[in-house]
Amino acid sequence: MAITRDEVANLARLARMALSGDELDHLAPQLDVILGSVARVAEVAAADIPPTSHAVPLTNVFRSDLIRPCLSQADALAGAPATEDGRFRVPRILDPED
Amino acid sequence: MTDLLHLSAAETAAAIARGETSAVEVTRAALERIEKVDESVHAFLHVAPDAALADARAVDERKAAGEPLGPLAGVPLALKDVFTARGMPTTCGSRILDGWYPPYDATVVAKLRAAGVITVGKANMDEFAMGSSTENSAYGPSRNPWDLTRIPGGSSGGSAAAVAAFETPLALGTDTGGSIRQPAAVCGLVGVKPTYGGVSRYGLVAFSSSLDQAGPLARTVNDAALLHAAIAGHDPMDSTSVEAAVPDVVGAARIADVTGLRIGVVKELTGPGFAPGVVARFSEAVDMLAALGADVVEVSCPHFEYALAAYYLIAPSECSSNLARFDAMRFGLRVGDAVGASGGEADAPGAEEVMSRTRGAGFGAEVKRRIILGTYALSSGYYDAYYGQAQKVRTLIGRDFAAAYETCDVLVSPTTPTVAFPLGERVDDPVAMYLTDLATIPSNLAGGPAMSLPAGLSDGLPVGFQIMAPAFADDRLYRVGAALEAALDVRRGHPLLDEAPVL
Repeated sequence: MAITRDEVANLARLARMALSGDELDHLAPQLDVILGSVARVAEVAAADIPPTSHAVPLTNVFRSDLIRPCLSQADALAGAPATEDGRFRVPRILDPED
Repeated sequence: MTDLLHLSAAETAAAIARGETSAVEVTRAALERIEKVDESVHAFLHVAPDAALADARAVDERKAAGEPLGPLAGVPLALKDVFTARGMPTTCGSRILDGWYPPYDATVVAKLRAAGVITVGKANMDEFAMGSSTENSAYGPSRNPWDLTRIPGGSSGGSAAAVAAFETPLALGTDTGGSIRQPAAVCGLVGVKPTYGGVSRYGLVAFSSSLDQAGPLARTVNDAALLHAAIAGHDPMDSTSVEAAVPDVVGAARIADVTGLRIGVVKELTGPGFAPGVVARFSEAVDMLAALGADVVEVSCPHFEYALAAYYLIAPSECSSNLARFDAMRFGLRVGDAVGASGGEADAPGAEEVMSRTRGAGFGAEVKRRIILGTYALSSGYYDAYYGQAQKVRTLIGRDFAAAYETCDVLVSPTTPTVAFPLGERVDDPVAMYLTDLATIPSNLAGGPAMSLPAGLSDGLPVGFQIMAPAFADDRLYRVGAALEAALDVRRGHPLLDEAPVL
């Protein structure tokens, strides 16, 4: 199964990752080769095999509901690209016409 | 003080404990060595002389006050730049985290501090631990101390280069598909991926959460055991951390006896694709283990040949999800945030556009490849055929291991198909790069521990010998590794690293 340049562009949009035209030209054929090689998993007859999502089976890890120290506001904001009034400043989240 | 640099970690700590040297003196020697050779090796992205010397002084003061010191107190260490440590930047080898100072310590970093280990700096790595050569670092590759024109392996290549170049006796790395064992192999070191869940992942920037595991790189099996013991153990801050006793890896390294141990050579990990020189050193080491009293048998793990394919679906899928956190909002790079043409915010770029431009500018080619691949494998319509099927193959690989361990105590293989390749050779050939991890990936998928230790040289470059064990039987790696290391050192007359060119 081939993956096209348009499909790669769409996946990049879904992943919120801007790719230039040159990057798309370069990545699309590489991804096609990678996909061709990983598609080998289909050769294994595994219809009745349960999937493994995790190497060591662990379920429902609980801890006591205790108050613990957390990051201070200053520490939490220290690495932010922009702050305002002690908060994260973010670009507008609505389109102008919304 | 070249002599200080060539001591093992255990000898270094012992010399400090006996008062023959001090933690400050040892740390100064490491910092001077870094100053001297790191321009050509490029093992470090950040060196922290002031913090390191302050930590060293604290160890010396504790000793002066008569406090008992641990077996690694005062020993310098290179910390892979994927772990958070306060006071130092954490970049993960990525532009997107350029200059980011984390507000908390990883659990392993806290444990290292408690053990008196001196973190001298942050080691270079492939961006977000994706790669086998450090060539995917946004800050330029590290170089193999055995041959500066060749790769030091990856993704923990800076960690390996630092130890092999005698900059530090210890380093911490992470292993998602071989990223500790492969650099250890190509740099002539001991590297261990502990059992998944054995070492806390809190403060380890996640690449593939069900596979990532932190572990030691060192010049001797004993040093690796000491570092393993220092970082392992249950951590309530990591919900995948396992509440089980840490296997006695240090005791096992002391036993160093394979008499009666059943060792399985994995048929699927020695055949075509493995260089003749690698297979030759591997076979000699197997013969040596047999001569030491082990029962060597051949075992078949028929699904291992699909491990690479399953891994390159599972790891990118998890990565595409994990790396969604780099959204330009709370930390790291932000690109394209500006006022609009009107001078106000109404027509300024929105959050989605800023996010997209930031990720486009901040991620390198390999990270982009994997995010796209993972996004594809998780897409509706493809999920069952790719991600779902890969998870089933993962089950079958686990069953192959379980069947093999019914007749064997450990399994062995060459660590990598070839010795270190020249920088640049595979940089734009992803599939060729991925093949480097052929023999290391099965252990990540099944969760069991695995070690690489030096078996000798081929064409003047180190060859790695891999030992794999069942989950939570990490001690077996050290028992076998220490026996083989001792026998190889006796036959050679010296440790392998003595043959590395002097830098």
